[in-house]
Amino acid sequence: MRTATHTTITTTMTTSTIMFDDFLVRAGLAAVGLSLATGPLGSFVVWRRMAYFGDATAHAAVLGVALALATDLPIGLGTLTVALAMAVTVAGLSARGWAMDTTLGVLAHSALAFGLVAVSFFPTVRTDLSSYLFGDILAVSRSELALVWLGALAVLALLAWRWQRLLTATLSEDLAHAAGINPDRERLVLLIALALVVAVALKIVGALLIAAMLIIPAAAARSFARTPEAMAAAAIVVGAVSGLGGLGLSLWQDTPTGPSIIVVAAALFALTSFARRV
Amino acid sequence: MSLPGPSLIAAEHVCVRFGPDEVLHDISLKVDPGEIVTILGPNGSGKSTLLRALLGIVPVAEGRLLRQDGLRIGYVPQKLTVDRTMPITVRRFLSLPTLVTDQAAAEALARVGMAGQGAEQMTTLSGGQLQRVLLARALLGKPQLLMLDEPTSGLDQPGEAAFYRLIEEVRAETGAAVLMISHDLHVVMAASDRVICLNGHICCEGTPRVVSTAPEYRALFGLGTQGALALYRHEHDHAHEDGHPHHHHHHHDHEHDHV
Repeated sequence: MRTATHTTITTTMTTSTIMFDDFLVRAGLAAVGLSLATGPLGSFVVWRRMAYFGDATAHAAVLGVALALATDLPIGLGTLTVALAMAVTVAGLSARGWAMDTTLGVLAHSALAFGLVAVSFFPTVRTDLSSYLFGDILAVSRSELALVWLGALAVLALLAWRWQRLLTATLSEDLAHAAGINPDRERLVLLIALALVVAVALKIVGALLIAAMLIIPAAAARSFARTPEAMAAAAIVVGAVSGLGGLGLSLWQDTPTGPSIIVVAAALFALTSFARRV
Repeated sequence: MSLPGPSLIAAEHVCVRFGPDEVLHDISLKVDPGEIVTILGPNGSGKSTLLRALLGIVPVAEGRLLRQDGLRIGYVPQKLTVDRTMPITVRRFLSLPTLVTDQAAAEALARVGMAGQGAEQMTTLSGGQLQRVLLARALLGKPQLLMLDEPTSGLDQPGEAAFYRLIEEVRAETGAAVLMISHDLHVVMAASDRVICLNGHICCEGTPRVVSTAPEYRALFGLGTQGALALYRHEHDHAHEDGHPHHHHHHHDHEHDHV
């Protein structure tokens, strides 16, 4: 934001241009920051076939919004808590041998429905419910931007720290065990990272599209990567390009930003898949 | 717990339960340096569970496991399914979870007959190549004990024979002991110093020749079971029961042909 004195001495046109640039810069930085986390984490989601699992966790975030409003806690804390609770619940059920397809279907959609019903009790949220479902990246404030980067860097650091162990446990739980690695602990690391990403990404792409932001860039990166590290890095690039491209598309065609980001990511996925086949 | 004496690893009266089912009952065994021990048993006899218990993957309900202080174990699982969504080269795989130098990786690959194939994708390897890579990875930890869970279950007969020859070479070169699960009696006869016959409990154990004539073993792998073992057993029984020298010789030829 420019100072008030500055605004008074410039024309209306110039002020709006500066404001425009500023929120656009914040939105772009938020998108790039988020992909630092979604690239590597999304790769694990793809490798471990956790796509639907990511959906359930992300959908639970809407319930977290309602919870945060009811208890006057920060929205980020509410979504983080509920997303983590959902992730741990699902992981616990899967360890006990529940049929995951059905269980995830029940949990993911119930969490979304309960969340939507719960937030409807708060009239202020009802008006901008779509921002929680589809994100509102253009309204990202400075402090929110800082949180996005902090959260994303925390996830990135967590994954980098445990990288070798996470990869081994993902390839084979038995190999991990034999090497003294506890696969359950590594799974928990991924769940925590997932909950963090959900809390951070809610504002940017919204609850309905967080899983897409995890899966599509990683799937696009798979086409041309030869090692896990290359795939994670390429997923970061695809995610960042999608974020910036989606912003551009949104401005150019006046389309909703969150879905526009995913549209660009999907186009990149189609391109890389096609390029690989040719 | 550390183990007194020369043995590398030992189980003392170990029981393993899955819920109410006792899968392994009162198992006592030990493996000494440099010997090749094979665990043999029908499906569902708890072979894999025993190996996994020794590795600490499956908790032990009763009894205790002992191993030599600082024992280095190289583990080769029955199979490794690399998800097609994960791009990973053979070279990268060898560095999991412990990073190894390019030179060490190249040497390990050369040892198992996979020289220069570090750049291949894991998902494109054949069953035999994959087992060799798993063995190379296990060797990189300079193991004193190699533990292999039906390492040749996906291989054809020549591939199987070649793989077990490789195991013997590795034992001869490095002096590592080998504890492996097998379902193939031909291989057991030729490649093992000692056989443990398992069916929930240890039915019998000893040198391959002793075990193959034990009544417990015959009961387990008699005519009632299906598959290659039963067929083999069938011939073998004939050789002994009618006491025909011709049949007996036939059996020996058979054995040597395939190993």
